[in-house]
Amino acid sequence: MNVDIVCVGFGPATAGFLTTLSKKSLPLQILCYERADDIGFGVSGVVTRGRGIHASLPDLNPAEIPMATPVSSEKVVYLLDPIGASRRSRSLKLTDRLLRALGRTRESAVELPYIPPFLRKHDGLVMSLGQFMQYVGGQLMATGNVQIWPGMPVEKALIQNGCVRGIRLLDQGMEIEANLTVVGDGPVGAVGKQLDQEFGMPEGNGSREWAVGMKMVVDLAVDLAPGTVLHTFGYPEPEIFGFFYVHPDRVATVGIFVPSWFRSPVRTSYRYLQHFIQHPYLWRYLRGAKLRSWGAKSLQESGRRGEPFLAGNGYARIGEGSGSTNVLTGSGVDEAWTTGTQLAEGVIELLDAGKPFTRENLESAYVARRRASWVEKEARIAENARDGFHNGMLRGLIGMAVTGFTNGEIAVGGEPHRTLSYRDYYRGKQVDQIIEECRALGVSCHDALMDACGWPPIKYDGELLVSQQDALLLGGKVQAGPGADHVHFRDREVCRHCATKLCVEICSGQALGPSSEGVPTFDREKCIHCGACLWNCESGNLIFQAGPGGLHSSEN
Amino acid sequence: MPYQLVVCGSIVPDPLQTLEPVAGPALKNEMMLPAVLDPWAGHALFEAANLAQKHPGSKVWLVGLGPKAKLQQVMMTIAQKAPFELVALDGPASGFTDSFETATALADAIAAIPNLDRANMLLFGGWESASRGSGTTLQIIGEKLGITEQFLGVDQLTILPDGSMEILERIAGGNHQVSICTAPPAVLGWATGHLPVPANNPQTGMANMKLAMPALQRAKPSPIKSTGLCFQSVTLPKQQRDTRIVKDKPAEEIASEIVAWIAEN
Repeated sequence: MNVDIVCVGFGPATAGFLTTLSKKSLPLQILCYERADDIGFGVSGVVTRGRGIHASLPDLNPAEIPMATPVSSEKVVYLLDPIGASRRSRSLKLTDRLLRALGRTRESAVELPYIPPFLRKHDGLVMSLGQFMQYVGGQLMATGNVQIWPGMPVEKALIQNGCVRGIRLLDQGMEIEANLTVVGDGPVGAVGKQLDQEFGMPEGNGSREWAVGMKMVVDLAVDLAPGTVLHTFGYPEPEIFGFFYVHPDRVATVGIFVPSWFRSPVRTSYRYLQHFIQHPYLWRYLRGAKLRSWGAKSLQESGRRGEPFLAGNGYARIGEGSGSTNVLTGSGVDEAWTTGTQLAEGVIELLDAGKPFTRENLESAYVARRRASWVEKEARIAENARDGFHNGMLRGLIGMAVTGFTNGEIAVGGEPHRTLSYRDYYRGKQVDQIIEECRALGVSCHDALMDACGWPPIKYDGELLVSQQDALLLGGKVQAGPGADHVHFRDREVCRHCATKLCVEICSGQALGPSSEGVPTFDREKCIHCGACLWNCESGNLIFQAGPGGLHSSEN
Repeated sequence: MPYQLVVCGSIVPDPLQTLEPVAGPALKNEMMLPAVLDPWAGHALFEAANLAQKHPGSKVWLVGLGPKAKLQQVMMTIAQKAPFELVALDGPASGFTDSFETATALADAIAAIPNLDRANMLLFGGWESASRGSGTTLQIIGEKLGITEQFLGVDQLTILPDGSMEILERIAGGNHQVSICTAPPAVLGWATGHLPVPANNPQTGMANMKLAMPALQRAKPSPIKSTGLCFQSVTLPKQQRDTRIVKDKPAEEIASEIVAWIAEN
């Protein structure tokens, strides 16, 4: 099949692209293929300043989008450890003791009196990405200028003589040839990774820093002002950031980011999320709440340093997979959207001039626009913002502050490290037997190891505190139709010799499980396509392809 | 012979969603819930498309009553499955609407389809909704359109060499009643049938959407007031949840475990 423009992935970037393009009523055939089973099944926080979104949709009324509301208050909160189980440095423990001694804590937390300007979202919106995507998708389809097809994973780009000439769909291998292929499939998208492999990365660039963001959407039992925004750090582990946003009608989003610089050999998300929500500072709001949705996604935390080649013959990259996330402000949705609008403006310019979609033309019409924009300017400031975290939480926070306040002129350096060995991470604790027992039972190790470190067991209440599988089903409504596995291992011997099996520990849906022969098992019906396994395999041995299914919740 | 296949089908929440009735009555956060075409109506559509393919000159319409925005959303997931022309009615589809009023709106819309040869019409639909069945809507539509031959719980339709239709309807005990209907018009309320869900065909999707979008824009407002109904109260069923995920366990073992659990509780 031949079309004019084909898009891979319907996220905020492609939504921005298609919104701008569809305003022109061009006589083009434009198709967008989205992997997830519906366009609302996306995951993000979201609190956004929405500058690019508002520029594209000046009449946007939050009241028209379920769960959307303007930010009404914002705080940054340092959470101390009320249990004493988290792995804190001496300096952090000292800081905590001092804060307690000075009586500066309330509910085991300290509300910072000041929000750095680079973090502020006070003029922004709290939203559900799923609802926003449904809203935009509906508007786009109604124009009749664009067709969006969910449930249609793209297997790969078709590349010939250095040109991208379209895509191949996973379903039946149908090929869609297009003059322009727009790749907006996110940080772990199969097509984006294929292009990185085919064309390489700009010198010095690479996606080295990652995080998995996991969240719940809950019905609160208490009244809280809609638009309340809390950014947290310090608990459940110093490396883990958290967030709590209040939507209208007593609905809240609560979640954590588990980053790649958290060097635990059993780093995991769900158990930590459950401890996070039970922190006294948050639990006073969350007690009695009921889970209504759940999800997780990977975040590319290298930002601009993870930027691939943005354009080539027949293709252009937009969104998070193109390195648009600002890792200082911690924002991605609006940046992604804006890169989409920039590409659309470039495409319109080229079409008006009758110019083909060559690398040179796209660089001049799209990339140059992006380079001249606030997205680029702010991304350059943010480039090194996270480096300090590779050497500890305090250095990381100082690094962010220094970068933020000097507009990127000064940065605290740091290079990524591999995860620590069990012996180094659990220094002083006898963990070998625990690990052996877990392996023998065929279960992941993080629960038993966290228990051994003093983390209390989770008392399930069937409403908010539920097992991970119940969160998968009740919250994520996860399912997958017939199909082939989309996670594979290149060399099974590498897995057999892998000591940590991080992919199993981090798997958001427990889709990856240990096996007696050492190669993880994979149950694709539980996979939510977060891609955390991909960047947690420190051997680069895991292949993560496009596949159907996953989350069936449109409230994340 | 060519058939005029009119399939009635509407939206239901995606099957895994948590549904909570609220006073109204309605479903809590209904417009936020992802929607699919009612699965049994979907099967009816696939059967219609299969029949149309085998009988050149046949045509398939999908007549759907639901909120316009949700109908549009569902088109994204269904339009690649089979060729059809959409007739859209903009109205509620929460499952609490009166089937008589719903049937009246649908029957009127079907009667208004231009150039519809009602003598050769086969009216398909789900026997009842897969998620909120009254099991009466399709029958009432048929009666309003003057179709007296009605078959419910259909799993198979075979066109015999003489043009008559052999129809299998589900009855108790896993059996089917076999009927012969000499000619259309007829109403067939489908169960699941035997056809697999068709693969997605992008070309079919593109062709369908060229007509579906204008149809949605023209969707006639169809407010269903349910004036004859009075809902006394709505409550959730009492439920107890105990989830265990197993793989490759024999069905007999799973059944024994469930029976033992029921006995305990």
